[in-house]
Amino acid sequence: MKMMNCKDATRLMSERYERTLSVRELLSLKVHTAMCKGCSNYGQHLDVLRQATARLREGDTGGER
Amino acid sequence: MNKPSAQSASPPWDDASIVAIRRDMLRFARMQLRDSGAAEDMVQEALMAAMTSAKGFAGRSAFKTWMFAILRNKIVDHIRASAREIPATSLVGERELDAGLEDFDVLFDRRGLWNPEDRPATWSDPEASFEQDAFWTVFDLCMNKLPEHIARVYTMRELLELDTAEICAELGITSNNCFVILHRARLGLRECLENRWFQGEGR
Repeated sequence: MKMMNCKDATRLMSERYERTLSVRELLSLKVHTAMCKGCSNYGQHLDVLRQATARLREGDTGGER
Repeated sequence: MNKPSAQSASPPWDDASIVAIRRDMLRFARMQLRDSGAAEDMVQEALMAAMTSAKGFAGRSAFKTWMFAILRNKIVDHIRASAREIPATSLVGERELDAGLEDFDVLFDRRGLWNPEDRPATWSDPEASFEQDAFWTVFDLCMNKLPEHIARVYTMRELLELDTAEICAELGITSNNCFVILHRARLGLRECLENRWFQGEGR
């Protein structure tokens, strides 16, 4: 099986929010991010983006004014 | 206007509250619509709808949530109405779709691995950033740097919380194209936030 590269991994990390990944996709993603600090950070950053847009939806942007 | 007895049950319609919430609503609407005039109209309509009906309002803590739900619904109606008027292909043309999709390939080398200078770094304490106005200014800027059709799909997904199937149908694009566009939006937004905010943290 071909090793997953960062380009594929970032695409799957995004699609994770849109569809259910196959077991095969999940496992190869897990193996890749375990070895790749950049992609492991990328996954966390996508969660940060999610949290940020959730704040925008609630009007919860910035401190007290 | 201030009736102490009604305080816990009525929305806070004092001038300062209106000014503050209007500002946050405008940020949301502009990000979604990319059209200041349309954004102002939506916010105005949402404010007026809220003021003339306290139905659904459940106390001061829920005020913002309630206001933003009204605004969201107004924007969704607006988008659905314009999708009916304008043929889908002119909203996201195929050629427009292809342009801008390749831009982010430069982040990776020929083997598809991160270029050393583009490899995502560790972000310290994003929660603390959320509390700063300056962070949201950078977020606005990064959102504005995304190509318009990419931002449109991304904000429909993340700000309006429409599901991918509806977005694709509304814009007349395939779900695979939708996934690719959302992926490009996340790549671009993340890259911009890292370069413009998280890398220079503690300025």
